[in-house]
Amino acid sequence: MSETKKFLYVNRKAPYGTVYALESLEVVLIGAAFEQDVQLLFMDDGVFQIAKGQDTAESGMKNFSPTYTALGDYEVTKMYVDKESLEERGLTVDDLLPLVWEDEDDDYAEKDSIILVSRDEIAALMEEQDVVLSF
Amino acid sequence: MLHTVNKSPFTNNSLESCLDCVADGAAVLLIEDGVYGALNGSKVADKVKAAMGKVTVYALSADVKARGIADKVIDGIKLVDYAGFVDLTVENDKVQAWL
Amino acid sequence: MKFTIQVNEGPYQHQASDTAYQFTKAALEKGHEIFRVFFYHDGVNNATRLTTPPQDDRNVVTRWSELAEKHDLDMVVCVAAAQRRGIADADESKRNGKDADNIAPGFRISGLGQLIEGGVQADRLVVFGD
Repeated sequence: MSETKKFLYVNRKAPYGTVYALESLEVVLIGAAFEQDVQLLFMDDGVFQIAKGQDTAESGMKNFSPTYTALGDYEVTKMYVDKESLEERGLTVDDLLPLVWEDEDDDYAEKDSIILVSRDEIAALMEEQDVVLSF
Repeated sequence: MLHTVNKSPFTNNSLESCLDCVADGAAVLLIEDGVYGALNGSKVADKVKAAMGKVTVYALSADVKARGIADKVIDGIKLVDYAGFVDLTVENDKVQAWL
Repeated sequence: MKFTIQVNEGPYQHQASDTAYQFTKAALEKGHEIFRVFFYHDGVNNATRLTTPPQDDRNVVTRWSELAEKHDLDMVVCVAAAQRRGIADADESKRNGKDADNIAPGFRISGLGQLIEGGVQADRLVVFGD
């Protein structure tokens, strides 16, 4: 594939109650092989997907939250999080997983993948994309 | 950009989130249960009418008619058929589905 | 224009597959090209051969099969999602030690890469879901 497009994955649903969070993550992982320009957006209940401290032992379901932590290794370095969605839910960025990536152009310095954005910034972000995937 | 909203605004916040994130000149198409967002006199009608100042709002006629609300649609919301839906995806540079 | 269609929900439970079908049909009637229809999440359930809906209602599965045959559509069912939900063709069934397969005509099972490729190659990607 010669063309590089800007792909935005829009995550608006909570994990575990439905399968969308898990299966959209699987698309991100497979998609990494296609070397497109990928960004993730977490908004509305989607912010819960990257909440710290998920313990699924008693539920019998697979805890897939560690996969978000590994996304930096898949060249997914831009994870936009809607500030308003956090506030509505009584959360701050400290309640989220510490998502980072290693910048090989900067001596492998660890950098934050999470970028807090307002709804106006989200509108602009969406307009910049070539392809928007929703789950 | 074309935004599609398929959920009722009375059970789900998709329409609200969508309207918060649309840029000037975008298009919003209400489909499936999302057409209830086009109901005049509802608790979300004012928010929809306010958005109509910056974006064009459409509703899919098949879904409006199926739900028996054709005579209750907010003035200014344009009804389109499936062919019109296709045209909207062509006229706008990309599509975002608010699910 | 070239379209990729993504269908996230199964037949009857949600309107997504119906809307996707009507959209796809309208696009074809207008002379557009459908690069691929990709079925993900419960959308894979649109590919079961074993559906027997009531006679007085639409047959969501065969409708897709017929549209695919008429227009030579590429309808792809995601392998991972299909395995989870028990949609299999003869090869998959044999590979996974199952005693039956159930995929409907016109659908093929393949990987998630087909969705990404669909996004890269098409002019528009349209998602239908819940």
